[in-house]
Parts: sequence; structure tokens; C-alpha cells
Amino acid sequence: MQAVIGNFRNALLASDKEAAIGILDKYLLKHTPLNFVEAIAVEALDEIGSGWEKGEYALSQVYMSGRICEEMLDRVLPDQSGQRIDKPKMAITLLNDYHSLGKKIVYSILRAGGFQLIDYGRMETEGLINRVLEDRLELILISALMLSSALQVKEVVRGLKHGSDKVKIVVGGAPFRLDRQLWQTVGADAVGYTASDALKIVSSLQGGKTNE
Amino acid sequence: MSEPEMSPMQRVLTTLGHEEPDRVPLFLLLTTHGAKETGLSIKDYFSKAENVVEAQLRMREKYSNDCLFGFFYAAAEIQAWGGEVIFKEDGPPNSGEPFIKSLKQINTLKPPVIAESPVLQEVLKTIRLLNEKSAGAVPVLGVVVSPFSVPVMQAGFETYLEMIYNEPQLFNRLMEVNEAFCAEWANAQLEAGAASICYFDPVSSPTIIPREIYLQTGHRVAKKTISRINGPTATHMASGRALPIIDDLVETGTGAVGISANENLREVKQACRNKLTVIGNLNGLEMIHWNREEAKEAVINALARAAPGGGFILSDNHGEIPYQVPDQVLRTIAETVHSFGKYPLDRLVKDDE
Repeated sequence: MQAVIGNFRNALLASDKEAAIGILDKYLLKHTPLNFVEAIAVEALDEIGSGWEKGEYALSQVYMSGRICEEMLDRVLPDQSGQRIDKPKMAITLLNDYHSLGKKIVYSILRAGGFQLIDYGRMETEGLINRVLEDRLELILISALMLSSALQVKEVVRGLKHGSDKVKIVVGGAPFRLDRQLWQTVGADAVGYTASDALKIVSSLQGGKTNE
Repeated sequence: MSEPEMSPMQRVLTTLGHEEPDRVPLFLLLTTHGAKETGLSIKDYFSKAENVVEAQLRMREKYSNDCLFGFFYAAAEIQAWGGEVIFKEDGPPNSGEPFIKSLKQINTLKPPVIAESPVLQEVLKTIRLLNEKSAGAVPVLGVVVSPFSVPVMQAGFETYLEMIYNEPQLFNRLMEVNEAFCAEWANAQLEAGAASICYFDPVSSPTIIPREIYLQTGHRVAKKTISRINGPTATHMASGRALPIIDDLVETGTGAVGISANENLREVKQACRNKLTVIGNLNGLEMIHWNREEAKEAVINALARAAPGGGFILSDNHGEIPYQVPDQVLRTIAETVHSFGKYPLDRLVKDDE
């Protein structure tokens, strides 16, 4: 199993889609798509995410890996397949600014991890609060690149906690990575420093608890 | 008899020559703080060169800063390209929706005409006035966003990364257009009186792109572009790591590097010794909640680890200090450099070991 994970990770790091598809196709001869997600894809993506955190890999590799996985798994695990994990009910958004790379990476990796989630795209503070409450989300993932956008999370938290005691707020993005206290300052429930952190946080919330 | 104090220009030139000046130079790269200083909104502040000139001169005096920063905001270049810029009340103006909406646009893309861009003209006026007022005693810094990094704002990060990996022809075409504009924009700032150009190139950082791809892309672009810039340059990774590519950066012809707060300053200095001046690496985001002791400790640690032998300028890690950083922290940084940054630094180094 470790060898398959290693080969798949290397194919993703080299952005070699053909090699990655070859590994998937071979694996599916004996296993289910969801089994591939859990045993191979999530493990490989986790190694790449942790490697980025340690400075071993680059953000472009994290992004391309997530995109390749997402595309491959969309083919074998379509949205309507009934096999995707739809708990917790969640969405992802980019707050205020236009730097959407982080959101796209987390979105791709969560989908590659078999999760169902809504992509809200770019939202302003008020609109986001209303949408989350209307959709009765259990979890909202907020990405921000600019510090001023990250600080706006405080307003989102205030609005959401006032309207619902159920929704959990998870934040991520450069300002939170550089200032490790910032997620608490803005009142988030958890922070993800890598996209694979998002996978762990969301997995832990399946049981209704945060991991922070 | 003690030596007379050097001017900021002498101090900076000495350290760039990898020798020890009278004290460690300090570059407090302040932009939006100028709005606070002049009591204006950020949007109004950047609407007139005179506002920026007044604030830069005041802040230089207040913090004994060793540079004047002619930079407005990165998205000013996008404004010149015809893109949207969104002003905020508490941070730098941000680029809006990417103006390259379809990759096909790249085939007919033309660089902006500097003379026809109101915001670029204000930047040039600022540099000209700052240079006149400081009479050559203080270096005025100009800024360009590198041809390799500006597409993040032109096309969006995801589109751009996929272009780097999958669309080599379009990538090369975009680089050609961007290189021409970048060199022209840098040279216009040098002609206006900038002493040096800060070449912001975060996408080249190994934090963002693997070195093997960098060598085929950002490195080649930097070599070509920097050779067309008629003055000294400093490459800034804007919070990205630089250590794994220090020797590659030397090959681009740059003279200095701005590094990440997440890097070991001692290791970076060792790798750069006598090759590149190190600029950094105080954590600008943590500065927001530093107390006086924390600010003092961060400065002393940086000085002890990177300042001996010259080739070091104390600065933040991003190339721009966040609007939220309080005056008290900036004052403490400046006071600590003045008290502890005088060469020789033997005692400071010994205490750090």
C-alpha cells in the first residue's frame, strides 16, 4: 500500500496526470473508488500538504495535485453517485478579496477526499452571513489572503453566532499562517494551515466536534 | 574622537558593499501608514503625490528610517493595465477581478503607456519630489512587480499556475509583454530619481513554485528583465522563502534579497555572504500585537544573526508593513536599532550564542 501511495504522490508532484490515472485504473480492478480516495488519494495529498508546510514542496504542486485528483475522482465518483460524504453540510468561500487560489486548493482537496461541498465563490461579509444562515450550514470554510479580509472574519463570526449556534467557522490563508494567533483573535472555531489540515478538520466534524 | 554619523545613503551603500557601516540600516517599508500620518483615507492619500511625499518625509524623520519608499500599492500596475482596483479603509488597495478573462486575450495584449497612466505618473512625481527633498542623502526606493509574478493579478492565480504548467506558448507571450513593461517602468522610476528598484517576485519563491520549474521560468525572466533595468535591484519574495534559490538569485544580477519570516536568518545570511545583501525578516503580521519587549527582542535577534560583516538591512518580511501595526511598535524597532545596531556588534553576537 505504501508503494502505491508513494507512486501516486510522485505522479501528482510531477503533475503527471497520465501516470496518476494509470495508478487509479489499476487500483480499481480490485477496489472501489471510495476505497482509493480513503487509502491512497487522501494519504498522498496529506503528504504533499505536510511537505509544503515543511518547505519541501511548492504551493503550485499542492494546487496541481488537488486539481488532478479532483478531476480523476469526479470521473469515478460523480456528485450524483450517492457515494460522496455529505456530512457536515458545508460550503467554502473567499471573503472580500479576489485571491482565490487557497479556496480552490481546499475545494479540490476536499472533493478529492470524497466530500460534498458548496462553492460560494467570492462573498462580502453581509451576504455571506445571510447565505450561511439560509442554507443552514454546519460548517463554513473561509479563505483570505489580505489581512484586511482576514480581519473581516470577526464580523462574520459575530453575525453567524448571533443567528445560529450550530455553524462552525474554519479559516485559512496566508495571514493566518504568518500570525498563528490570528484565528483566535477573529473568533474562528479552527484554522487550517494546509489544505490537508482542512481534510482533517472536516473529517473530525463528521462526529460534530472540532479538532482545535 | 568618534567617527561622524553616516547619511542613510552612505550607510546603505556601505552595507550593500558587504562592509560594516556605522550602524545597521533600517528600512521601515511604510505605505498605508502615510494615510494615518496625514489624517486622510487611504484612497484620498494615494490620489496625490504631495500627500505621499509629505508623509514619507515625516515618517522618515519620526522613525529615523534609512529609506524613502516611493511605492504606492502593487495593484497600481494593474490600474495602469486597465484592471480594477478596490480601495479599503484598513489595508492596501487590492486588485479586483482579473482583467485577463480569456487566455486568448494574451495574444493581443499590449503593455500600458506609462505617460498615459495617472497613477503611475503620481508615483513618478512622488519619487522625483522625494529625491529633490532628500538631496541624495536618503535612498528613494522604487518598486516593480516582476513580469513572472504580476500575472497573479492579471489573470488570477489558478489560471496562471495552469498556464505555467500547460500553456507554454501563451506563457512565453505573456512574459514578453510583461518584461517590456517591467523594464520600462523600472527605468522610468530610476530616471525620476529612485536609487534602486525593488523587484517583487513572490511566485519565484520555492514556497510557490518548485526550483526546477523556476529555473525554466521565473529565473530566465528575471535574468532578462534585470539586465534591462539601468540601476541596482533588490529581489523581494514578499513572505516567500528564498534560501534554496540563493545562488540562482545571484545569477539574475540582483544585489539583495528580501526573505521570509519563516526562514532561519543565520542560514540565509551564511548563504548570501558577500553575494547578496539580506533584507528582512521581522514578521509584519506578528508586529500588530507585539509589546515593546517583544519588538525589542525580535530586532536584537535579527541584528545578532545577520548584521555582522554588513550585507544586511533590517526590515519586515513582506516588503510592506500592515496598516494595523501601531506607532509604538515602529518606534521601538527604530529605537532598538539605534541603541543596539551600532557596529561593531561583537557583544550582541556573543549574547546570542
